[in-house]
Amino acid sequence: MRAFQVEAGLVAPMDRANVDTDQIIPKQFLKSIKRTGFGDNLFDAWRFLDEGDIGVTPNERRINHDFVLNQPRYQGARVLLARHNFGCGSSREHAVWALMEYGFVAVIAPSFADIFFENCFKNGLLPIVLDEVTVSDLFVRVQQEEGFALTVDLLRQRIVQPDGGEIAFEVAPMRRRKLLEGLDDIGLTLAQAERIRAFEAQHLARCPWLAAEGAAPSGADA
Amino acid sequence: MQTLYDKIWADHCVGERSDGQSLLYIDRHLLHEVTSPQAFAGLRLAGRELWRRQANLATPDHNVPTDNRAAGVAGIKDPVAKEQVVTLDENCRRHRVTQFDIRDVRQGIVHVVGPEQGATLPGMTIVCGDSHTSTHGAFAALAQGIGTSEVEHVMATQCLAQSKAKNMAVRVAGVLPPGVYAKDLALALIGRIGTAGASGHTIEYLGAAVQGLSMEGRMTLCNLSIEAGARAGLVAVDEATLEYVHGRPFAPKGELWDAAESFWRGLVSDAEASFDREANLDASALAPQVTWGTSPEMVAGVDGCTPNPAQAGDALQADGMQRALAYMGLAAEQPIVDIRLDRVFIGSCTNARLEDLRVAAQVVDGRRVAANVKQALVVPGSGLVKRAAEAEGLADVFVKAGFEWRAPGCSMCLGMNPDRLLPGEHCASTSNRNFEGRQGYGGRTHLVSPAMAAAAAVAGRFIDVRELL
Repeated sequence: MRAFQVEAGLVAPMDRANVDTDQIIPKQFLKSIKRTGFGDNLFDAWRFLDEGDIGVTPNERRINHDFVLNQPRYQGARVLLARHNFGCGSSREHAVWALMEYGFVAVIAPSFADIFFENCFKNGLLPIVLDEVTVSDLFVRVQQEEGFALTVDLLRQRIVQPDGGEIAFEVAPMRRRKLLEGLDDIGLTLAQAERIRAFEAQHLARCPWLAAEGAAPSGADA
Repeated sequence: MQTLYDKIWADHCVGERSDGQSLLYIDRHLLHEVTSPQAFAGLRLAGRELWRRQANLATPDHNVPTDNRAAGVAGIKDPVAKEQVVTLDENCRRHRVTQFDIRDVRQGIVHVVGPEQGATLPGMTIVCGDSHTSTHGAFAALAQGIGTSEVEHVMATQCLAQSKAKNMAVRVAGVLPPGVYAKDLALALIGRIGTAGASGHTIEYLGAAVQGLSMEGRMTLCNLSIEAGARAGLVAVDEATLEYVHGRPFAPKGELWDAAESFWRGLVSDAEASFDREANLDASALAPQVTWGTSPEMVAGVDGCTPNPAQAGDALQADGMQRALAYMGLAAEQPIVDIRLDRVFIGSCTNARLEDLRVAAQVVDGRRVAANVKQALVVPGSGLVKRAAEAEGLADVFVKAGFEWRAPGCSMCLGMNPDRLLPGEHCASTSNRNFEGRQGYGGRTHLVSPAMAAAAAVAGRFIDVRELL
């Protein structure tokens, strides 16, 4: 996983609540068996005026110039400013992969959906929760000041504004450490392999029906 | 004093990892073709094996076609979709994971297959790379949807690293009136508390109306927990749970069953257990529900109207309503019964079990799909549901009425396979998400119960199904 310490970049506003992962990356792109190739289709149905499909490049599409991410002033944005319950709906981690591949390193919102929030930390995309008022203030500023950029400092848990003003945020200590060091989640758990094995033996002895193999696979029968 | 969630959590908590996250032991891991390939690839790259092979059960569901199934994988026309299904076949073969493949009669939507096979058992921790894993909570199993990184993590460690959620009680008093179902109850709840209403919480559904639901109804209710923001929903074990599970292929038998049964009977919240949050509903006051917008919380009774954004609580909400009405091609304060339908979809992990098909068939029986409805699809949740429905004549009822009777899969719930809406089309759908483009680019989804979908099919617009019962 990518480590995250201090990142700075242009902010883009996504001024709508309950943005679901179907919007972040529509279903037709989930047929890929890879972890890459989703950035071109981030917010596909909003970014383009025609229906997209796997293998069709952005050059062949009709751009929706009204969509916020297509406006010249937000090109190269690295921080996405969003409203409450961002990332609700489907568990597709492809949503996080698409945001990161597009270039986002952090998303700021008053709240996130649980599975999306978890998926962010597994990949090194930083979801930052700020209160509604602070987020609304940021929306005003990003709309007023072209080129509005923020520095996100995870070491100090501070967002630094262009005028030097700081906004404090919190990330759970365990999540923070993992991000700062870019730790491998599975490796961290496997460090406890002995303990898992011991628990498992006890658990399956207590609930022996869980240890059964179940129905054996059979041949075609349809 | 513990809640049911507290008990299952405690039973599976291995301990804390060095970073402070808890490790939760996972009993059952369900796999499908869309969210597993990157996880299997990660496992291979790291040179790791499945921690406990027997915990895994796989079936392709998201992008399998619902026709031409005799051809098996060769019947998948989309080469990218085919590669994904073939990849699942290969991964299951390589890792010796039990799979109900595309030609197996037991294949189906993973959340229908698990319970049907008894692979979903009370007290289990269950995960799947699909947010509707909450379905299995109907069996007092702690079942959660996870992302692909977590899928790989569970494959490699048999654990989920997470922090415990809070407890939320949803108490539903009364009895559902005739013509009103678990789906309506769930939609009404989401309308009340919103799609983030239960974020950070595990819901336990309590009360007379919940106890009165069949296991199928409880699955529908728990399935939609994620649309209220909860990763998991639970219903305590009772006689209905045990009766459903008994005799299923993966369920314990003989002495093992006796031991399991006595353990499972303890899977209820203690009488004095306290919850961090509560929500109360009265089932007897509910009407059939229809969503009018692009989020499951945008819902009204069939006797109601679309809202007026001018009356929204704040500017952001007004903007959201306006955008949704525009996308849906609806006006403010438009009666729900004035909405005309182009397609009808009866299916999905929410409502494609035998009971759902029975209810829909009862409404359809002796009637015809309205002329303005271009397509009415019935997609059973599994091959076994399909077979049972055919045996009791339900398929004939649907076909005679003008419905298409298809093979099992997720189908038009998310339109990854060829079953899709065209831009601008309105669909009465028994699925779970009315997000923009969910059922097809530019498509307009209205979430309803199977009975309401059937009524909409014969009327060509929404009507109160109670007029037909």
